[in-house]
Amino acid sequence: MRNLLEVKNVVKTYGDFTALNNVSLNIPKESVFGLLGPNGAGKTSLIRIINQITLPDSGLILLDGEALAPKHIAHIGYLPEERGLYKSMKVGEQALYLAQLKGMSKHEAKKRLKYWFEKFDIAAWWDKKIEELSKGMAQKVQFIVTVLHQPKLLIFDEPFSGFDPINAQLIAKEILQLRHEGATIIFSTHRMESVEEMCDEIALIDKSNKILDGKLDDIKRTFKTNTFQIGLKTSNAKEVTFELKQNFEVSPSNFKLLNDSLTLNVKLPKGNTANDLLSFLTKRGEVQHFVELIPTANDIFIQAVQKNS
Amino acid sequence: MMNKLKLIIHREFIAKVRNKSFIVMTFLSPLIMVGMGALIYFLMQKNDEKVKKIVFVDHSGLFSTEDFKDTKTIHYTDYTALGIEATKKKVEAGSYYGALFIPKQDSLELLAQSIEFYSKDSPGMSLMNSLENKISSKIRNEKLNNFGIDLAKIKASKIKTSIKMFDFSGEESSKLINELKIGFGFIAGYLLMMFVMIYGTSVMRSVIEEKTSRIIEIIVSSVKPFQLMMGKILGNAAAGLLQFFIWGVLIFAILTLASTIFGVDILEMQSAGISSEQMETIKDRAVGDKSMLIIQEILQLPILKMFVLFIFYFLGGFMLYSSLFAAIGAAVDNETDTQQFMLPIMLPLILGVYVGFATVINDPHGSIAVLFSHIPFTSPIVMLMRVPFGVSWYEIAISMASLLITFVCMVWLAAKIYRVGILMYGKKPTYKDLYRWLKYKS
Repeated sequence: MRNLLEVKNVVKTYGDFTALNNVSLNIPKESVFGLLGPNGAGKTSLIRIINQITLPDSGLILLDGEALAPKHIAHIGYLPEERGLYKSMKVGEQALYLAQLKGMSKHEAKKRLKYWFEKFDIAAWWDKKIEELSKGMAQKVQFIVTVLHQPKLLIFDEPFSGFDPINAQLIAKEILQLRHEGATIIFSTHRMESVEEMCDEIALIDKSNKILDGKLDDIKRTFKTNTFQIGLKTSNAKEVTFELKQNFEVSPSNFKLLNDSLTLNVKLPKGNTANDLLSFLTKRGEVQHFVELIPTANDIFIQAVQKNS
Repeated sequence: MMNKLKLIIHREFIAKVRNKSFIVMTFLSPLIMVGMGALIYFLMQKNDEKVKKIVFVDHSGLFSTEDFKDTKTIHYTDYTALGIEATKKKVEAGSYYGALFIPKQDSLELLAQSIEFYSKDSPGMSLMNSLENKISSKIRNEKLNNFGIDLAKIKASKIKTSIKMFDFSGEESSKLINELKIGFGFIAGYLLMMFVMIYGTSVMRSVIEEKTSRIIEIIVSSVKPFQLMMGKILGNAAAGLLQFFIWGVLIFAILTLASTIFGVDILEMQSAGISSEQMETIKDRAVGDKSMLIIQEILQLPILKMFVLFIFYFLGGFMLYSSLFAAIGAAVDNETDTQQFMLPIMLPLILGVYVGFATVINDPHGSIAVLFSHIPFTSPIVMLMRVPFGVSWYEIAISMASLLITFVCMVWLAAKIYRVGILMYGKKPTYKDLYRWLKYKS
């Protein structure tokens, strides 16, 4: 079984509104799976269905090959985007309570909490109330509560919001470590740079439909346009530009080199390779910069959503 | 499943009883109640100690100072010599409370209708009763004399009758016990309404807190919303029972302590509602005897039955109402939005108390009282008011059963609204929204 989670033809409606329209996803084991999409696309509906907070109108969800059932609650950890804890409850008691709700024994929960509290260096907070902690501190507690019961499937919805860059990095490291230890991670975010850093696969949901999914690298390959960013040191920039325009599709580029080189974006026509362009350039000057433009997750997101609308 | 419910009940119970307001309410209110009682008693005594000075002008020549003997609260002075007009002026200017004018009339009948009382403040009922009693008895004696009837014989023939009342189970009752039954029933009914309101809103607040703190989404990813709602309701019910139990123990302790310190005084407090002026009119009943009687009568009430039924109706009524409170809490984002939904919930509670006060007092087994003690939304209150008067077991059974059935239906409906509401933010819902939520699939 390669996939930990399989979502098959899930439909969810609220009255007249369709939140998910026949969505299917396969989430491979031990991967970080980016669940992306504009606000209101249906991501939260899908996450709630996976968490069994709501049931789909139709469709099937398999966890490790079994139809999703209440017993799977213990195998899922969920960090919602809108998060919170009981404000007037003490940190330790609260973490114990939430862990027990996930099916852990009190003894086991205590042991695991001790490990995490020491790891994050927050053991001194045990008897503090949540309302006495700062937002970032509360987020750390929340993260621990999410991962404490060692779930097979972890769902993080905007896990870095509320963290400063140092703590965000700490959390990112922990998430990757958890994957390394065998967990599968669904990662929902609007911060595309962290998608680049973390995700192996992504799915893009827009207007209740899945419009794109697959390995991030594969998607990039299909989205790339054979465009190269070039920097050429030449004495006759005007003429070179004219010649380039006759052979390739040329557009202005906005990056800067340290000297006054000619900088352009050049798109290769079908059949041409990078070497064709390179040899064309070397004949006309000194190549200082030559990079293929790979679309970022951000570009892919914007392009895909715009195309869909 | 059960394990998680137990966890939730435990958390809700602990969260409630650790709350400062719970601790303060639990330990302070019995003290406040006893303190208030003592204060009222004290004030009443103070009030009575103020002596009212009354002057009388008697032109009929019938009355003497013998007839207007000073009492603890009223002092009489004979101003007959001064005449009506001068007395009026004097009373108006001076420190006297009022003036009684008895004119000269040809017949006693006319005299009885022409006596006047002047005062700056309008006099209390009991003062007027006391004056009228004095005058009536004097005139009656005078008439008896005129008819040639020997007053001494009349006095000797006086006999006091008291009919002992029984019901067919052999329980003895009396007028006093009737009053006690009304008192006990009403206290129980009123207490129940207060408990349901206080603990119901507490459930609602707890739901709103979970929504606003956004922990709800984490909780419902671990447990079913229905479990959470039931856990909340049961946890709060347990806290309510604990509070009720502590109150019982505390009141018993305070009363025991007070009665050992003040002796019989504490028992007198129970008759503090009767002012000393009224006491005079019934003074042939000794105070000590009355206290003893009250204790005896209380012991004759079906205390255990009332206690058990109070617990049952508290739990039943509370769970019925608190499921609605929970649904409201889930539907809104903050407490100010609850107003529009609160009225339909409060109404039957308040109706129960009013119907109880209005009907049970006249006829505890009248058709209205019986009807409302079977309607589930008012039955906990009205039935508790009726119980001290003796309600047949099958009526109680029907009332209990309909309460339980309604409770199950209401919890089912409320859970549907709750389930959807807890994850809805932003818009203030309307009744139409709530109706739509009822139809959502989970």
